[in-house]
Amino acid sequence: MTSMTRRGWMTVAVMALLAILPPVFYLTGNPFYLDLATRLSILGIAAVSLNLILGYGGLVSFGHAAFVGLGAYAVGIPAHHWLYGGMDFLATTSGLVQIPLAVAVCALFALVTGAVCLRTKGVYFIMITMAFAQMIYYLIVSIEEYGGDDGLVIDTRSELPFVNLDNPLQLFGFSYVALLVAMGLVRMITRSRFGMVLKGAKGNEERMVTLGFNVYAYRLTAYVISGAMCGFAGALLGNFTTFISPEMMDWSRSGELMFMVILGGAATTLGPILGSIAFIVVEEILSSFTIYWHLPFGLMLMAVVLYARGGLVGLLRGRGEDAE
Amino acid sequence: MSAVLEISGLNKSFGGIKATDDLNLSVETGELHAVIGPNGAGKTTLISQLTGMQKPDSGRIRFKGRDITGMAPYARAHLGIARSFQITSLILEMSVLDNIALALQAREGHSFRFIRPAHSLTHLRSEALALLDRVGLADKAEQPTVALSHGEHRHMEIAIALGAQAELMLLDEPMAGLGIEESAQMVELLRDIKGKHSILLIEHDMDAVFALADRISVLVYGHIIATGTPDEIRGNEAVQHAYLGEE
Amino acid sequence: MDLSLLIIQALNGVQLGLLLFLVASGLTLVFGILDFVNLAHGSLYMLGAFLCASLTFVFGNFVLAVLVALPLTGVIGFLVERFVARPLYARDHLDHVLGTFGLILVLDTLAHLIWGPAGIAVPLPEWLQGQVALSETLVIPSFRLVIIGAGLSAAAGLFWLVNYTRLGMLIRAGASNRTMVSALGIDIQTLFALVFALGAMLAGLAGMLIAPITEASIGMGNNIIITAFVVIIVGGIGSMKGAFIGALLIGLIDTLGRSFLDDLFKVFMSSDAAETSAPAVSAMLIYIIMALVLSLRPQGLFPPRTR
Repeated sequence: MTSMTRRGWMTVAVMALLAILPPVFYLTGNPFYLDLATRLSILGIAAVSLNLILGYGGLVSFGHAAFVGLGAYAVGIPAHHWLYGGMDFLATTSGLVQIPLAVAVCALFALVTGAVCLRTKGVYFIMITMAFAQMIYYLIVSIEEYGGDDGLVIDTRSELPFVNLDNPLQLFGFSYVALLVAMGLVRMITRSRFGMVLKGAKGNEERMVTLGFNVYAYRLTAYVISGAMCGFAGALLGNFTTFISPEMMDWSRSGELMFMVILGGAATTLGPILGSIAFIVVEEILSSFTIYWHLPFGLMLMAVVLYARGGLVGLLRGRGEDAE
Repeated sequence: MSAVLEISGLNKSFGGIKATDDLNLSVETGELHAVIGPNGAGKTTLISQLTGMQKPDSGRIRFKGRDITGMAPYARAHLGIARSFQITSLILEMSVLDNIALALQAREGHSFRFIRPAHSLTHLRSEALALLDRVGLADKAEQPTVALSHGEHRHMEIAIALGAQAELMLLDEPMAGLGIEESAQMVELLRDIKGKHSILLIEHDMDAVFALADRISVLVYGHIIATGTPDEIRGNEAVQHAYLGEE
Repeated sequence: MDLSLLIIQALNGVQLGLLLFLVASGLTLVFGILDFVNLAHGSLYMLGAFLCASLTFVFGNFVLAVLVALPLTGVIGFLVERFVARPLYARDHLDHVLGTFGLILVLDTLAHLIWGPAGIAVPLPEWLQGQVALSETLVIPSFRLVIIGAGLSAAAGLFWLVNYTRLGMLIRAGASNRTMVSALGIDIQTLFALVFALGAMLAGLAGMLIAPITEASIGMGNNIIITAFVVIIVGGIGSMKGAFIGALLIGLIDTLGRSFLDDLFKVFMSSDAAETSAPAVSAMLIYIIMALVLSLRPQGLFPPRTR
């Protein structure tokens, strides 16, 4: 147990490469790759947060993009009011306000919607998480002040002590460290007693209830943690793209996040990262060839579902190592 | 002796069929009370109502004098009711030890503990290992549950029920699907437990029931037609007519 | 708020409700009988609209185009069942969702390749372009009445099919007892394929009926599918009756909410506040209704007996 498994070493290797390569590319005159790595780190956080409930908890949430969007708007809306007036209590460019706001709003949204969603099971849960995400989508579309359909430009990034998010290298560093923290948190949670309950409920809910676990309360807690973490990713994404729109929370975005988790290998520490890398790299390559890149992409996704269960981690995994 | 479990006037119907029909039953502290009955007599429906998975249409269930009829399933477990499942109900993808450790963890109160790895908690691990030893599975502790045989799963069910340190154990057909030798092992295990916990045993295996039970109740079409010591039940004409006579 | 506007909006609500029913009935049929979650159901709705648009230009006749496009969408549904759904039946719902999510990307991009990025307007024959005057202030486009009529006939046909035919009996038996149907010696694979094709045709029909109003466009299916989900969640997944009542309920609430919520809000708040908050609330209205229904009845209004 104390010695590192093969997969443990792989995690260290992948994360080390992700830390070293992009800055090297940037400093040698290829800023594009740094941007790619920043986006990857941010979406990685979102995928890691989804993995907590989807991979370990077995809760198929199809609405995770709503948290990304809410987190981004929690940065964009205060910045918008800071520039253009109105809603003085909200107007700020301070990241120390915006980012906690993003986390809090998403935790609250997760608490309220999760309380309803988790009363249901199976396919109901999938559809309801999807519907609630769509609700937020239409809500943002309906608010003209924040650009409605057209979205909102964030003119000033969040201001943080010690870190300047306008500097691409620092933005990457910040996102990367945040990703490491997110991975560490989820790893810690899933190995704790709380995590054992979450995983146990995925395996056999009736057994867990009979043992005396209030499964609903544990799942709701995990859902809130996951939503809050994803909101943090959203706040970073808003800072990265500096343009936010309801499209960020379209349900196809939620589907992509799910694919990152499944593609990489659900319920593993590295899986969501591998999935995000594969997803973003393939997307970049295909879209450079043709505007119709969704066609081969969709076919690939279908092929993965039909033929490659267990994800990339499963393919790369050494024998005898089971899911943690 | 006082009753740990009292069931009075319990009724439950599905559509037009009465699965539980004015059922009265009590389990005294420390006794092993067996419920027997032909297939479809409503044994599993009874267990489901006791654990709270199904709600009775009418009637009362009292545990240590407290009315638990409408209580949530997980809350009943906290009061001290443990259950084993007729169809093995384990967390197959977890290790054998983890399955038992979860039962012990449930006893600790809440598990909103996020920081220390569950595997590093030696008090849970060692007690779980001791329980596995008691049911003869200590050498399989680290194996994935899915790799064990049906008989071993049945023993795990008992270890989990024991781990809950429940005052009342509801054992739903622990012998189901076991071979002769495995059944004999299970009878030995239950004999060992007997007296230390109050047990409501639902079982098909007549030999096991008559060997183990302090009292036996006979359930036919959702109704208890007789309750008594094994000897009384053997001599009861109504029982012979309704049930034993078939054999 | 005047009465004729209310009547017109109510009719629009019924129209939306019936279109939703056409989409939702296929979803609920496929889920209830095949236990399969088809996210790409909305793409079949879109393909129906595009096929109808192209065929209208080929034949110069909308009605004929619908009659030809219907079996075509059925064939597409049949193919989707054979090559995507069937290999996934034995898997869990997560795989259904992921697999059909990939299928959406494929079908949407194919539509993009074939019909181009812009939407296609579908011209109506002249006899459908007129308006029906119910009173001096109450004028309704006749095509909207056609949609309502077609939607109601399809609903009636579906009820007849499910409740009074041999196929319907098999469908109902299949929903409650798969092994029994197999034991009767009925080819369950063919039955499943037929059900899937039927669902595709219903969704396609909805797309064809809406195309002359909104035009056929890429992504049109991805908007309606979520609303259709809300419908079957509210109605109870797998229940045809639930889908019908849920669809009308959601159609009416959505349409009336968008038209009259600001008037309603003005009763108890300033007109400024009403005008800013009403669009936001009406955008969320059907989801709030869904949440309310679920908190009271987690299985929906009409949970099917066998599930």
